[in-house]
Amino acid sequence: MSFWPLIKIVPVKTHFRFVAFSRLAAVASILAVIASLAFTLFPFKPPCGGLTCGIDFKGGSVMELTTAPKAVDLGAVRGALSAMNMGDVQVQAFGSPSEAMVRFQTPEGADPTKTADRVKGEITRVLGDDVKFSRIDVIGPKVSGELLGKGVLALLLAIGLMLIYIWFRFEVQFGLGAVMALFHDVILTFGLIAVTKLEFSLTTIAAILTIIGYSMNDTVVVFDRLRENLRKYKKMPLREVIDLSINETLSRTIITGLTALLALGGLAVFGGPTLFGMSLILMFGIVIGTYSSIYVAAPVILLWGLKRGEEEAEPLKPANVRP
Amino acid sequence: MMNLSRWKIVLTILSVVFGILFSLPNVLPQSTLDSLPAALPHKKLNLGLDLQGGSSLMLEVNTNALRAEKLTNLIEDVRKTLRDEQIPFTDLANVNGDVMVRITDPGQVGAAANVLRKAVGSPLAGAPGGRDINIATADDQRVRISFVQEAINAEANQAVTQSIEIIRRRIDELGTREPTILRQGVNRIVVQAPGESDPQRLRDVIGKTAKLTFQMVDESVTPQEAAMGRTPPGSQLLAGDGKEAAMQYLVRRRALVDGAMLTDAQMRFDQQSAQPVVTFRFNGQGARRFGDATSQNVGKRFAIVLDGKVISAPTIISPITGGSGQITGNFTEQTANDLAVLLRAGALPAPLDVVEQRTVGAELGADAVRAGQISTTVGFVAILVFMLLSYGLLFGGISVVALMINGLLIIAVMSLTQGTLTLPGIAGLILTLAVAVDANVLIYERMRDEIRAGRSVIASMDAGFSRAMVTIIDANVTTILAALIMFNVGSGAVKGFALTLFIGVLTSVFTAVLITQVLLALWFRTRRPKSLPIT
Repeated sequence: MSFWPLIKIVPVKTHFRFVAFSRLAAVASILAVIASLAFTLFPFKPPCGGLTCGIDFKGGSVMELTTAPKAVDLGAVRGALSAMNMGDVQVQAFGSPSEAMVRFQTPEGADPTKTADRVKGEITRVLGDDVKFSRIDVIGPKVSGELLGKGVLALLLAIGLMLIYIWFRFEVQFGLGAVMALFHDVILTFGLIAVTKLEFSLTTIAAILTIIGYSMNDTVVVFDRLRENLRKYKKMPLREVIDLSINETLSRTIITGLTALLALGGLAVFGGPTLFGMSLILMFGIVIGTYSSIYVAAPVILLWGLKRGEEEAEPLKPANVRP
Repeated sequence: MMNLSRWKIVLTILSVVFGILFSLPNVLPQSTLDSLPAALPHKKLNLGLDLQGGSSLMLEVNTNALRAEKLTNLIEDVRKTLRDEQIPFTDLANVNGDVMVRITDPGQVGAAANVLRKAVGSPLAGAPGGRDINIATADDQRVRISFVQEAINAEANQAVTQSIEIIRRRIDELGTREPTILRQGVNRIVVQAPGESDPQRLRDVIGKTAKLTFQMVDESVTPQEAAMGRTPPGSQLLAGDGKEAAMQYLVRRRALVDGAMLTDAQMRFDQQSAQPVVTFRFNGQGARRFGDATSQNVGKRFAIVLDGKVISAPTIISPITGGSGQITGNFTEQTANDLAVLLRAGALPAPLDVVEQRTVGAELGADAVRAGQISTTVGFVAILVFMLLSYGLLFGGISVVALMINGLLIIAVMSLTQGTLTLPGIAGLILTLAVAVDANVLIYERMRDEIRAGRSVIASMDAGFSRAMVTIIDANVTTILAALIMFNVGSGAVKGFALTLFIGVLTSVFTAVLITQVLLALWFRTRRPKSLPIT
């Protein structure tokens, strides 16, 4: 099989001194987290703060319509809706000029579905009969409140469960590092969503939950190696063991990360407007998750310190005993 | 780890056969599928509404209205009982959800409470000897009559169950293609109708309460007098239906008979006027009650009330004892037919509010399927090329084969379990394929490490599997946890995403570990290599 040239993305053995840069990385991370928090929360507009709230969470209606092959007369649609006194209405082109997206909130006290029916009728009146509605979603105020609550609950639950799992499988310092990395990733992702003005919806929550899973996955791989090396090299200083472990898993980290990015890149390009936002968030999360495994999770352990003497008292796992 | 035990080979072959067998229906044309023997699997992937187009409605059973109606009936029961017993009373009213009544004679308060205890309310289901109401005397010669909390809960619960049954009957009559009707949470019902792009029609049929009652018209005062505030106690003003909305009727609150006592309803044409009418037949109890009421009230008018609107108010010419009759109103053939359908299916026990409605056109769904197919293919090819470049034709190829079997298994399991595949679900699928490779990467990288550490080929391969295993399990448990949370908390599209992620993680660990192991062991046995081609 020697005729097949293997492309080595990463040299066989790397000796990057990751820990040496951890101070710099920590400053960058902290700044990024603060900025992300500010973008996410400011201007504290309920219910979504600085995020572009989708109707999933604030209630109201979203319609996708097309007058293909003609271009949609956005002005006429806006005019019709403002004549109806609908309040905050967004009318924008969606994908191609012959498609448009209309978003509005149900006026206080009105019936959500009947309001959507009236708006649909009005749009049909101004655009003529060749308008087709490809999607109409109507979310009542009660449901949107619940969805937001459930979404936030899901995020907290996910982080909590991860913490418990890591705690159970590793020492407490590892758990702390992993959770710091997790918060880092989630907060930065929120920052990205706020800055790019991507819609914050149920799908976004699903994407963030997936990032939590991936980030954890990545952290666990580094930690597993770290734990193994801590047992193997008892005399080596902690910072060197951390560097060694990150270097040893670097090849895997990059190959897995790149495959995921490639696959998601395809999704972002060909998946259409609905999946574009989701794949963008996922791609960002994978990059951030990889970074945080190296520069957040591991250095936290260094900062906190490990009581390595206790390790010797523990019986070795069978997998670590070489004949 | 590298020993090629028989059960590993059997398991591999079985899983591949399972994967092919259960994902095959998705690519076969329908005609071929129909001609296959029944023993073979026929289930295709269950596409979500965002992929096949359709409408989804989330309805909430308005239990407040249900309770209000029960209170109204209770007040009328109390009024009738006290009148029959000739106990004078005043201030009979609903006070914060309880019925309060003031007994005029202080000496009769105890007696009134006892009479009411016997006469009103009904036995509590599941509690022998218990009643669904509490009766207590209060200050100021008053008696408080309130519903027991268990009774309220049981009633609400029953209302939801009943509503689902009635919605099912109504939709069946509409002929909508394979609708799903599911209960969600305590008082919600989700109706999904694939291919239905006009939810308005669906809503009209589902949302109508269709509560039919026959009530006596109160002719003690004219509707005009009543409108000016002189409504006699126990009566109410109701508007006419449809074109006669301006017409006012004063009717007794107490229903003589209601739609629940109907056994049949049909659209017919009146023999004399040739107008569409709805004919109906009562059950035994209804026929008796209606017969009694009409016998006692010959010459008076009664109102036929549907959902709080008076359809018509005919005069009773002679007692109607046969248990059947017809409703004449301003019907067209269509509206008369709809009413008959609704009456046959039964009235909803409580009004339903639409709290969420999602509609996707069939074309948009088809576009989404196409986008999903293209991006899955692109993603798969990207992974394939990348793996071949990183690990060579043999090791890369083996992981690609494992990945293909993984994809096959995911489709097979999704088809078998009929889990819903949604557009975010496709994203989950692609991500799963990418992350599935991770297990292979972990194993291969481990093997490289071991070779570098100077171990033999077989020892390295063995260690690669056994040591990477711990990490693979650890790493995937986290994703499984995330998926489980999403499945339990999410709704609709997110559930679909969580489901594919969950199934995908399970199958990917299975294929990456078992299939890769078997293939590598086969290679090792036949070639007896001196070195690994990935170093």
